[in-house]
Amino acid sequence: MTPEQLLYSKTHEWVHVETDSSGTKTATVGLSAFALDLLTDLVFVELPEVGRAVSAGEPFGEIESVKAVSDLYSPVDGQIAEVNGPIVEKLETLAEDPYGAGWLVKIKVSDDAGLADLFAFAAYRKQCEEESQH
Amino acid sequence: MPYVPNTPDDRQAMLDAIGVASLDELFEMVPPELRLGRDLNLPAALGELPLSTHMAELAARNTPAGQGVCFLGGGSYDHFIPAVVDFVAGRSEFYTSYTPYQAEASQGNLQALFEYQTLITQLTGMDVSNSSLYDGGSAATEAVMMAMHATRRSGRVVVAESVHPEYREVLATYLANLDTELITVGTPEGTVSPDQVEAAATNQTACVLVQHPNFFGCLEDVESLAEIAHRSGALLVATVDPISLGLLKRPGDYGADIVVAEGQSLGNPMSFGGPYLGIMACREEFVRRMPGRLVGQTTDRRGKRCWVLTLQTREQHIRREKATSNICTNQGLLALRATVYLALMGPTGMRQVGELCLRKARYAAERLCSPAVLSPAFDRPTFKEFAVRAEGRNVEQLLQVAEKAGIFAGVPLGRWYPQLADCLLIAVTEKRTKAEIDRLAELWKTG
Amino acid sequence: MRNTRATQLLFEMSKPSCRAVQLPDCDVPMQPVEELLPREAMAPQPPPLPELAEPDIVRHFVNLSTLNMSVDTHFYPLGSCTMKYNPKRNERLASLPGMIDLHPYQPVSQLQGLLELLYRLQQMLVEIAGLPAVSLQPAAGAHGEMTALLVAAAFFRDLGRKRSVVLIPDGAHGTNPASATVAGFRALAVKSTGSGFVDLEDLAAKLDEQTAVLMITNPNTLGIFERHIGQITQMVHDAGGLVYLDGANMNAILGITRPGDFGADLMHYNPHKTFSGPHGGGGPGAGPIAVAEKLAPYLPGPIVVKDAGGYRLDQNGPKSIGRVRSFFGNTGVLIRTYCYLMTHGPDGLRRVAENAVLNANYLLARVKHIVPVPQGDRCMHEFVASGAKLKADRGIAAADVAKRLLDYGFHAPTVYFPLIVREAMMIEPTETESKATLDAFAETLFRITEEDAELLHDAPHTTSISRPDEVQAARNPILCWAAEAKTAP
Repeated sequence: MTPEQLLYSKTHEWVHVETDSSGTKTATVGLSAFALDLLTDLVFVELPEVGRAVSAGEPFGEIESVKAVSDLYSPVDGQIAEVNGPIVEKLETLAEDPYGAGWLVKIKVSDDAGLADLFAFAAYRKQCEEESQH
Repeated sequence: MPYVPNTPDDRQAMLDAIGVASLDELFEMVPPELRLGRDLNLPAALGELPLSTHMAELAARNTPAGQGVCFLGGGSYDHFIPAVVDFVAGRSEFYTSYTPYQAEASQGNLQALFEYQTLITQLTGMDVSNSSLYDGGSAATEAVMMAMHATRRSGRVVVAESVHPEYREVLATYLANLDTELITVGTPEGTVSPDQVEAAATNQTACVLVQHPNFFGCLEDVESLAEIAHRSGALLVATVDPISLGLLKRPGDYGADIVVAEGQSLGNPMSFGGPYLGIMACREEFVRRMPGRLVGQTTDRRGKRCWVLTLQTREQHIRREKATSNICTNQGLLALRATVYLALMGPTGMRQVGELCLRKARYAAERLCSPAVLSPAFDRPTFKEFAVRAEGRNVEQLLQVAEKAGIFAGVPLGRWYPQLADCLLIAVTEKRTKAEIDRLAELWKTG
Repeated sequence: MRNTRATQLLFEMSKPSCRAVQLPDCDVPMQPVEELLPREAMAPQPPPLPELAEPDIVRHFVNLSTLNMSVDTHFYPLGSCTMKYNPKRNERLASLPGMIDLHPYQPVSQLQGLLELLYRLQQMLVEIAGLPAVSLQPAAGAHGEMTALLVAAAFFRDLGRKRSVVLIPDGAHGTNPASATVAGFRALAVKSTGSGFVDLEDLAAKLDEQTAVLMITNPNTLGIFERHIGQITQMVHDAGGLVYLDGANMNAILGITRPGDFGADLMHYNPHKTFSGPHGGGGPGAGPIAVAEKLAPYLPGPIVVKDAGGYRLDQNGPKSIGRVRSFFGNTGVLIRTYCYLMTHGPDGLRRVAENAVLNANYLLARVKHIVPVPQGDRCMHEFVASGAKLKADRGIAAADVAKRLLDYGFHAPTVYFPLIVREAMMIEPTETESKATLDAFAETLFRITEEDAELLHDAPHTTSISRPDEVQAARNPILCWAAEAKTAP
């Protein structure tokens, strides 16, 4: 995926939703390059177990650098379908390929109303620019 | 102003440099209507000599058990403290420094705490130790809260009645505002029954908290208790006597998940109950749920091994309201004392102290209970402490008889356990001698 | 003199069958241990502790001590920690056998001297706070915060009005929100204005019937006195809430103004800061709390009371929250507090505050041209300088300045706190430093800002180690020594 094709939350997660032939929606969630840059040197990521129910706006995991920690928020209601297990041991993947190999979880969507609160790339970039001026 | 080095001339020069006319002007931001406007109503200042006299007078009105024959226990013990412990802890660079925020200027503290953490893991058989908490009582509560986070269960906590009553009280205080049920399992026989613990441990139970040796000095069936806790998905939190670990199986070897202890016995004076040392160690998988400071090894820019505070994102100054605990610092100086103590004792010293306590306590129990003036309160194996029943005799009177002979004979149990109103808890450390034990037995036989 | 060889760990110095202690022979019958203990309770062998000789242990720890900066050896302007001189007389007097060798379960008849001391200390802390009831039990400042919040929770529960929110200004110590959570409340931040005061509009918007407590630090973490404190406490009281005063900065106001007089209902003291208890490399401290009359029944016991029979310990009453630690409290720290207060008296205590404020303002006046102090030209006992301009102009971070100060023989200020000031350097000189020391510090700070940026990025250059790799420490935590540890000494 390219960053321009994704949706973003105000807490810096990116989301990509796919619908399969049966109509089931799956949201892939990661963390934006901007957020990863702010966090600097990552030391730990905690991801949920497969099967756990998540809801929009609620944390599903945590990411830590030496001096900061952030919750990871789900953009949709649903159930964790898959987690990117290998990155826990290979944190550099996140910064190297945030929109590809650095994805965090895939969520089987039960309600995608939360997507309405997300930004498109241009709007998200504007938000980031404002934030970095503070 | 005994500790202000500036002279009146200095002060004037400073006021001039600031550009104010008087000290008063510096306090302009304090609204006048809120100023005290009078002297505090406190005793007049005393110089060092009169203060020393005053303190000596106050001290003379105490009767320090540690200077006499002390059989008092219940979580605070009269163990011997080698001179090296006081000497090292008296080094200014240790006792007048602070939390090692600047690692480069604190390698002494950091390395000593890393050594402390290592010694505690060696002593307990656990994977990880933090760099200490306030005391044994609050450490037990922190362990319970940690178990609630680690298991994501907050419905219930099961605790044995043979856990120190004050530790259980602290736990109840902390839980009062949370929706957690605190189930206390009775211990009428002196130890907790694994079957009753099994009945109390539900699939919402975060942990089972036991003390071993327990408050009465008795050994609990910790292996069964660990198995039962784990079967219900709960953790076993054990509070232990560090002195017992020269002899008794280590908690890590009987399945404990979190171990806490009162570390006073490791080179710290009784000091009327504080400051003390809260020891906490756990299995590696729970380290990110652990409260308190952790020291970790790393390398500096030149590749030299060194030590830093680490995993700080658990802590309040970063995680604020989501921190693992509100605890800010540790008990650095007491942890240092424990480090020096354990380094001096070594494996052989710890084994010997354990054996001395065990043999002397057993001798005392037998001696005091025959002829049958007193009887053992419980029929259970004990370590350095035991409870005796003085049926038909006045416990207070027994204590007074001993006190007249300079013997601090025991702690009455009735205050916490009404059913044990005629019982005394007696602790025997390596400092007690056969002659002292015999003297107490003689006094009570005739008294 | 620092011995650079002293970096081996105890475990690496261990030699089999080396001994430091010699215990007395057993004078009671030598029954085999196996007959005294059930086999399954025993360890198969003693714990694998290191084996060392006494002279080696002493040299090891003395050499380690020389790798620390400390108040007795260095100026230590660590903001918010009040690193003042620790009087030696207090150490001697707190270590009298009649004080230090007391067991917590001795009968009170054997403790009358100590209980009188603690009773008088309670009264002195009542007077300094302007609040009528004190519990000496909490073991540290953060512990005092949590204890006071539990007191507040019990008070509201008793009134049948459950309130769930604790308001905390965004410049507060992290212990405040963490204590609120531990006590079962929800922490909610209140904004600060540009000049560091509580934003009254934001406070008004957040006060409601859910507000239990406003926790406020005054003087605040920028070292300024909340000029609207009277109005703030009134607003909280009007909303039915209580005001908690974080006493971290009491050194600035001793004998000048009292928390109870400006509207606080609860507070904690930090005797290890304000009353010169040695910091011990990070503890022990103590955290006595003082509360308003209506909250007194909820305090944790034991509390020392005096009656016709002398002094005794009043255990927890029916409304008390119950104890928050075992035994009485951090008695050893409290005895030092008593000695400190007795040494100063009312006049001396006010002069402590005056000189702490004088020293801080003087240092502010000396350094504001070097590193700007956003809050302005006046402060109480400490101030927060910002290295933001230094960072923007020359790429020098607050951490670089902090590290370089170590090379010149000064401990660093607190850096990157409070979070509301960029590149924060929080400087607290305390009253026990001389003008000459402050001058030397200011001159050094100036000299550092003139130095080559590269030199500063690599500082410190003269300490026993250079900058440690904190990322490595956190990614692959090594929290105890293991025989097979890969890194060579």
